[in-house]
Amino acid sequence: MDQERQKKAPIYDALKRFDKMRVVPFDVPGHKRGKGNPELVKLLGEDCVKLDVNSMEPLDNLCHPISVIKEAEELTAEAFGAAHAFLMVGGTTSAVQGMILSSVKQGEKIIMPRNMHRSVMGALVLSGAVPVYINPDCDERLGIPLGMRMRDVEQAVLDNPDAKAILVNNPTYYGICSNLKEIVRLAHAHGMRCLVDEAHGTHFYFGKTLPVSAMEAGADMAAVSMHKSGGSLTQSSLLLTGPQISPGYVRQIINLTQTTSGSYLLLSSLDISRRNLALRGEETFEKVIKMAEYARQEINEIGGYYAFSHELINQDSVYDFDMAKLSVNTLQMGLAGIEVYDLLRDEYDIQVEFGDLGNMLAYLSVGDRPRDIECLVGALAEIKRRFGKAETGLMKQSYIKPQVCCSPQKAFYAEKESLPLEQASGRVCSEFLMCYPPGIPILAPGERITDEILEYIVYAKEKGCSMTGTEDIEIKQLNVLKEEI
Amino acid sequence: MELWFSEMHTKNVKMSIRVDKQLYSGKSEFQRIDVFESPEFGRFLTLDGYMMLTEKDEFIYHEMITHVPMAVHPDVSKVLVIGAGDGGVIRELVRYPEIESIDMVEIDELVVEVCKKYLPQTACRFDDPRLSVYYEDGLKFIRRRQEEYDLIIVDSTDPFGPGEGLFTKEFYGNCYKALKEDGIMINQHESPFYQGDAEACQRAHKRIVETFPVSKVYQAHIPTYPSGHWLFGFASKKYHPLKDLDETRWNMRGLTCGYYTTMLHKGAFYIPGYVEEMLKDVE
Repeated sequence: MDQERQKKAPIYDALKRFDKMRVVPFDVPGHKRGKGNPELVKLLGEDCVKLDVNSMEPLDNLCHPISVIKEAEELTAEAFGAAHAFLMVGGTTSAVQGMILSSVKQGEKIIMPRNMHRSVMGALVLSGAVPVYINPDCDERLGIPLGMRMRDVEQAVLDNPDAKAILVNNPTYYGICSNLKEIVRLAHAHGMRCLVDEAHGTHFYFGKTLPVSAMEAGADMAAVSMHKSGGSLTQSSLLLTGPQISPGYVRQIINLTQTTSGSYLLLSSLDISRRNLALRGEETFEKVIKMAEYARQEINEIGGYYAFSHELINQDSVYDFDMAKLSVNTLQMGLAGIEVYDLLRDEYDIQVEFGDLGNMLAYLSVGDRPRDIECLVGALAEIKRRFGKAETGLMKQSYIKPQVCCSPQKAFYAEKESLPLEQASGRVCSEFLMCYPPGIPILAPGERITDEILEYIVYAKEKGCSMTGTEDIEIKQLNVLKEEI
Repeated sequence: MELWFSEMHTKNVKMSIRVDKQLYSGKSEFQRIDVFESPEFGRFLTLDGYMMLTEKDEFIYHEMITHVPMAVHPDVSKVLVIGAGDGGVIRELVRYPEIESIDMVEIDELVVEVCKKYLPQTACRFDDPRLSVYYEDGLKFIRRRQEEYDLIIVDSTDPFGPGEGLFTKEFYGNCYKALKEDGIMINQHESPFYQGDAEACQRAHKRIVETFPVSKVYQAHIPTYPSGHWLFGFASKKYHPLKDLDETRWNMRGLTCGYYTTMLHKGAFYIPGYVEEMLKDVE
């Protein structure tokens, strides 16, 4: 990476030049640099609304980049070690869709672990591809899904030689990494692509002690959430591609669903964040890891909590661990992770990323200060003192093996009927159901509803998990296929 | 030449003090530290531009934060002081012979060094053998203590900046845990007057009320603090600040004070109607 060249921020610079030109706007957006919407200016500030402009000659066009956006994408590709990078404005969801829609078509197979983000399932509904699920390994004590075991991936490849791609989520929300290099090797040996949902791994590209990144591992495509650990604005993201992928075709796929009015707030935030990461990423993430390590040590000292880390590494389903994540298991204290999540918010004004049945995740970043860590640790100690109890009656399970009956697309568009939850057992689901966050579906279209799943749903609702995805906003009804499969 | 120190008390209110000269200016890991010399208030210390103390009126703050609990609790032997890098609280505490040990936890060592050099009026008793000074985060220190102290004095800065964590519920909860079964916690409680301060004051009160069975607020008049009307919190597991006040015992000590008297002690808990209302709203 050429550090000198990485100091450039072409989109940002073009916006500054454009501002100085004092162009009279007779184009969209209609707020005309904020003049037409003073309340918005008051909220966001004049400097911000001034940047909210339309694609035009001096600022390039996201749908067909030829100047400053093209240059910004080239710099991004260089910074991330990719052959090509696409700046995305529809969140990492759009990057995931771009990967899947450009790799698997209607009826083609894609191998993947089932604990995937909803955006992957959504892309399968759009493309009509058929998922071949690999059950992730599970840690019974923590109640979390781990990575994929190599022998399971190998078996899936042998059983499905016609599959077009293997999709890996790396790292998981909890920081677990699979053996990415080996999966890439296996995929390529069988003429398959390796796609990586790297939503939680932007920092892997900028740290010495961090797990291997998708591009470094030789993956073909990776969806990278710059707005998570990368520091850009919410909804901005990156799609990276390797040397075997035609960027022109991927651009066509992206343009099928992407807005033609790409926001320059998002684009410039990607531009600046890339520069920042390229120039200062390494020291930044070293700091974050140090804070996470300190927090883990302090939290584990309280007792009752288990802030897990690289000791989980087993050379297979936990091939590596992302030390920048702060995942804490809460079961020994007699509290579900979601209960600790709620207590932190309601009692201590601390918002953490998510809580599931057995764990909570605090998201650490460059924006945290040591004293904020002290508040979090202090609050966790207080929660133990005030609310801790014997470890009984808590459900751990966080992964239920799915029974897939038909493709997500077929199920989603099939003739369906709405049934009360308790009557849905045995039927095939035609919609998604998940706790959000983390947004990993409990049920995806085409999967059989079982008593075990229903029990899990009732328990998670009871513990206060926020459930989404179904047509019925109260999650009392489920859409199922009319036809029995 | 006119040289003035100004502090914005709100966005629209400014207090200024004429300065003779600046004695010190430096930046620690946590904050900017300045010491000035002024004709009206003598020397004064500011942190990040906020007034901490002046030689002329510091006695009010330090007496009120120390002697009120000392006149209530019958037997204080172990004290924890959080913040207090200027040494004022320590100066008042060491006047009590029955106190056996004082732990002082200050996050910023440079504040203590600067005060020792430029503010000997307050930083004069750091050599007391009963005192142990710890330079670390108060929240971290107290997490490891349990039923250890008779009295905790929280002499913090405002709830923005390094003192932020000392206004949180987790901090008050940890203080509760660190106090013995009849322990008292006194805290700097902000001002009820200007809206921003009043909100901080309300929030702190809410969190303390939720943590301690006895939670009262008392006041003092501190000319160089915003509005001049300042509050302290008296939170306790057992003792009531008025019902358990032992005037005779305290007066027999023969301590001379500039502001505190046992008569004023009683009066200080009679707070203005609007303040009472404001606090009741969150109780």
